[in-house]
Amino acid sequence: MRGSLVIVGFFVAGIIVGVLHLIPQFEWFSNVSYITLCALIFLVGFMIGNDVEIFQKFRSLNRLYMLLPLMTIVGTLAGCAITTTLLPHRSLSDCLAVGSGMGYYSLSSVLITQSRGAELGTIALLANIVREVITLLGAPIMVRWFGKLAPISVGGATTMDTTLPILTNACGKDFVIVSIFHGFIVDFSVPFLVTFFCEL
Amino acid sequence: MLQIILIMAAGIAAGWILRKRTFKFLNTLLIVLVWALLFFLGVEAGENKAVIDGFKELGIEALLLSIAGTAGSIALAWALWKFIQRKEGGKR
Repeated sequence: MRGSLVIVGFFVAGIIVGVLHLIPQFEWFSNVSYITLCALIFLVGFMIGNDVEIFQKFRSLNRLYMLLPLMTIVGTLAGCAITTTLLPHRSLSDCLAVGSGMGYYSLSSVLITQSRGAELGTIALLANIVREVITLLGAPIMVRWFGKLAPISVGGATTMDTTLPILTNACGKDFVIVSIFHGFIVDFSVPFLVTFFCEL
Repeated sequence: MLQIILIMAAGIAAGWILRKRTFKFLNTLLIVLVWALLFFLGVEAGENKAVIDGFKELGIEALLLSIAGTAGSIALAWALWKFIQRKEGGKR
């Protein structure tokens, strides 16, 4: 619980600094977060390579974990389909197109803006950013309440890059391979799913 | 994405080369860097006018859709987790 609160604290502090424009010449800044992410990815790799037993652990993982990307896609679409009843001015395909971004906000918002207009595109941008943020901030709690697969599933398309470090921390090193596999499959399915629902 | 895979591969190689040595501070370093990353991502979100302005208008709809998608995927991931746990429990 304390771990999650600290994470939320850092994120909120960042938002406040951003909204108040406290960092001069913001343009160079997007590189800073990317470099931090690269350092983290290198570190996760280092921890895998440094652990002599890890490949054995990977081999003994249950094959059923490979079903997780399917759970993520079906679960997300089912949840978003139900939302249609609460949003009468949005069609089913609108909701499914936004949902099938699965955290991949840059790509999904561009695709949706092109075919459904800027308003739904902005919703896709926000909804998928929120999904990534939920993963980053809630991973430790989700592990406690719903098991180690829940935060990986919520991470959607981001579990092989942006959210991989926090998932490594929350689920343990053994689940790094599940996380990478899941991110890889979901990442590739996003452009197909978004385009499909936009054309419905 | 290729860049991410290459960096990960470089990390695995470096870790494997130094596998004879143990590094106890890695978990601490990981969480400190995660804090830094979250702070930077927060700054980027806060600086992004489209995100902050869009949130005032369309935030409720976006929140609803992301919470619904999150809940749906948690439900199925939890079911798979329980299923695998029960199967593995039975084997032992």
